[in-house]
Amino acid sequence: MTTDIALDGGCRRLALRTAVMAAVLAFAGPLMAPSALAEVVYHRGNTGEPETLDQHKTSTTYEGHILRDLYEGLVVYDAAANVVPGVAESWTVSDDGTVYTFNLRSDAKWSNGDPVTAEDFVYSFQRIMTPETGAKYANILYPIRGAEAANTGDAGVDAMGVRAVDATTLEITLESPTPYFIELLTHQTGLPVHKGSIDEHGAEFVRPGNLVSNGAYALAESVPNSHIKMVKNANFHDAANVQIDTVFFYPTEDRGAALRRFQAGELHSNNDAPTEQIATIKEQLGDQFRVAPFLGTYYYAVKADKEKLADVRVRQALSMAIDRQFLAEEIWADTMVAGYSFVPPGIGNYGEPAYADYKDMSMIDREDKAIALLAEAGYSPDNPLTIEIRYNTSENHKNTALAIADMWKPLGVTVELLNTDVSTHYAHLRDKGDFDVARAGWIGDYSDPQNFLFMVESDNDGFNYANYNNPDYDALMDAAAAETDLQKRAEILFQAETIFMRDLPFIPILYYGSMSMVSDKLIGWEDNIQNVHATRWMRIEG
Amino acid sequence: MYSYVFRRVFSALPTLFVVITISFFLMRVAPGGPFNLERPLEAKVMENLMRIYNLDKPLWEQYAIYLYNLFQGDLGPSYFFRDFSVAELIAQGLPISVQLGGLALLLALTIGCGLGVIGAIKQNQPADFGVIALATIGITIPNFVVAPVLTLFLAVHFDILPAGGWGDGALANKVLPVLTLALPQVAVIARLTRGSMIEALHSHHIRTARAYGLPGRVVVVRHALRSALLPVVSYMGPAAAALLTGSVVVETIFGIPGIGRYFVQGALNRDYTLVMGTVIVIAVFVVLFNLIVDLLYSLLDPRVRYD
Repeated sequence: MTTDIALDGGCRRLALRTAVMAAVLAFAGPLMAPSALAEVVYHRGNTGEPETLDQHKTSTTYEGHILRDLYEGLVVYDAAANVVPGVAESWTVSDDGTVYTFNLRSDAKWSNGDPVTAEDFVYSFQRIMTPETGAKYANILYPIRGAEAANTGDAGVDAMGVRAVDATTLEITLESPTPYFIELLTHQTGLPVHKGSIDEHGAEFVRPGNLVSNGAYALAESVPNSHIKMVKNANFHDAANVQIDTVFFYPTEDRGAALRRFQAGELHSNNDAPTEQIATIKEQLGDQFRVAPFLGTYYYAVKADKEKLADVRVRQALSMAIDRQFLAEEIWADTMVAGYSFVPPGIGNYGEPAYADYKDMSMIDREDKAIALLAEAGYSPDNPLTIEIRYNTSENHKNTALAIADMWKPLGVTVELLNTDVSTHYAHLRDKGDFDVARAGWIGDYSDPQNFLFMVESDNDGFNYANYNNPDYDALMDAAAAETDLQKRAEILFQAETIFMRDLPFIPILYYGSMSMVSDKLIGWEDNIQNVHATRWMRIEG
Repeated sequence: MYSYVFRRVFSALPTLFVVITISFFLMRVAPGGPFNLERPLEAKVMENLMRIYNLDKPLWEQYAIYLYNLFQGDLGPSYFFRDFSVAELIAQGLPISVQLGGLALLLALTIGCGLGVIGAIKQNQPADFGVIALATIGITIPNFVVAPVLTLFLAVHFDILPAGGWGDGALANKVLPVLTLALPQVAVIARLTRGSMIEALHSHHIRTARAYGLPGRVVVVRHALRSALLPVVSYMGPAAAALLTGSVVVETIFGIPGIGRYFVQGALNRDYTLVMGTVIVIAVFVVLFNLIVDLLYSLLDPRVRYD
């Protein structure tokens, strides 16, 4: 009896709900159905707010993600981050490795229908080097002959080694052989701009309605701190294979909020996650949470020319005593990997990196050896070493520093911590401010060991926070730059890294991992070391 | 009255000028600059940028340039959002912040005053304890806790509201941010109203009104509440200015493109012009709302006259 009533009630409720649904569908159906069926929308979380959509003024990876969808360079990354032809169908390199000739595809078009020509690329390379452009990352293209001189105002941009042989043939001449040049061109600084819209709109060419792009998507809306909306570019040469119609990029600075939006189904992907919640995330998201090796190293720079740190044994002892496994597992919840070399493994044009020789030693042995090294260098409980660790304010950087302070304690090292906001921190390092040990991180711009090892060349003003000055090291880096044989070059760079790991101007601590939340519905997001995921290779199911 | 308003507005100008001057120089004391990134720039590139934005000039000259442009109504370019001018960013963000803040203020006033009056009338009864408890909770739980908890329940678990985004101003997108913004204000207003209402109910003129045999509701609403609202109104000035110019926390958590975020983003990025722009907007709002409060006073308190 009671069962019947319950059933009856349930049925009635169901009937009512069905009726309401039917009414709603009947009303909204004609309005919603066509677009709901036809339009595939990708809601994409992107860790930062882009400073600009002008590719020549950008410098960050999250701007790169947006620009990668809007534009197509000479070469592009495919879903697995292999370099594949983009606007250039094929290319040849001269025997001495300095002249690249690109054959551009004849069906490449801008979103307004204009053809993409070699002239467009010449204009773009010249524009980024023009000092008035204020391009933050212009130096990445300095391997091009005359580029540096143009950018510093010493010569005109016309003197640069970039030439349009005809509409579909582009010739680029380099200063010296640069084996990673093709890889360099995947960076957003190498993307073409549409000259016509810059002539017409000036700096406002980046606005929706003005922006003309040559990639899989065209800009529809751009609202700072809210979203960037782009729609499929019908003029794109591979438009037939582009399966997602509309992409929304949302800046997700608050990683906790991004997680909730992902869980609520409002985001299909987000390229970061709140590290302090990794355990819960792994449990709740399962396969939808991904960690992949990333092309970056988390390190402590050591002021190598400072008296108390000048002895290489001190730096070795400090490095040896760091339990990287513990940091990776306990503090970074396995989103980072213990790092024993400065160049991360898996990088292009290289083999295995030059690991520290204590990589496989037990922590107890390492600690003993570290104590012995410090004693040799003259430090003892009576004459203890005091070190200040500087880091930019962040919960995990603090925890890392605290843990390392604890690991250095058995060596008799007293540690003081100092944190400042990120701008102050890096301004201090760059301006050669005084410090003992400072936290820093480096994500490669391109997959080549040179992009890591160049940082401590003695004449590298910007990055050599350690004031490291080793003529042997510089000589090896010069030799590598002149070597065209990739195998030989890798060997030379390996020797340089071996010196690096002995002298430790920077103490490598962890290799970065990239964290992504990727919905089951989003197909085609392949984990890769560059952490690049162009929308054109993806589709949405369900 | 009009001459009073005119005098007030006029006398606010030097205040604004001082605010602008102090902020301008204070901002430059912070180490680093707009182009000090995690990855240092090539020296030449840095020089180019400093020249383009006049940052290579002496500080007093930059200040003069800024003031000159300001008088022309030009707030300058943003150093971080390089595709937009500060004026454009504010024009885009302010209406959104004003909408959210206005709704939150309205909600907080309605609920807060209501609760406060109930608490005062039912002083030391269960209803009053309920109000006090609610107010205490509202004040003590910070909005960066309230917002995620609300989102987890209403957006992730029950899926009835969006977890974030502005959604072109759809009502559903406003519910959670407005609630989060309003909650602490509800608490403050409820406490203020309750306190002054209790005081008012014990005052002579209320005793007189009761003695005249006026109905209880008329006594409470027309006579007691009117004088009890004075402290609430004076609190409204700063509260409204703060709410309408946006909340960093709420805007960040819900991904809302309001003006509050620019203030903090600007400061962290050393985006000098953006910080100046937001400072000016906030200062103007504070001055404006203090003026409105003073005018409201004359409506509520017959003793106050601005003739």
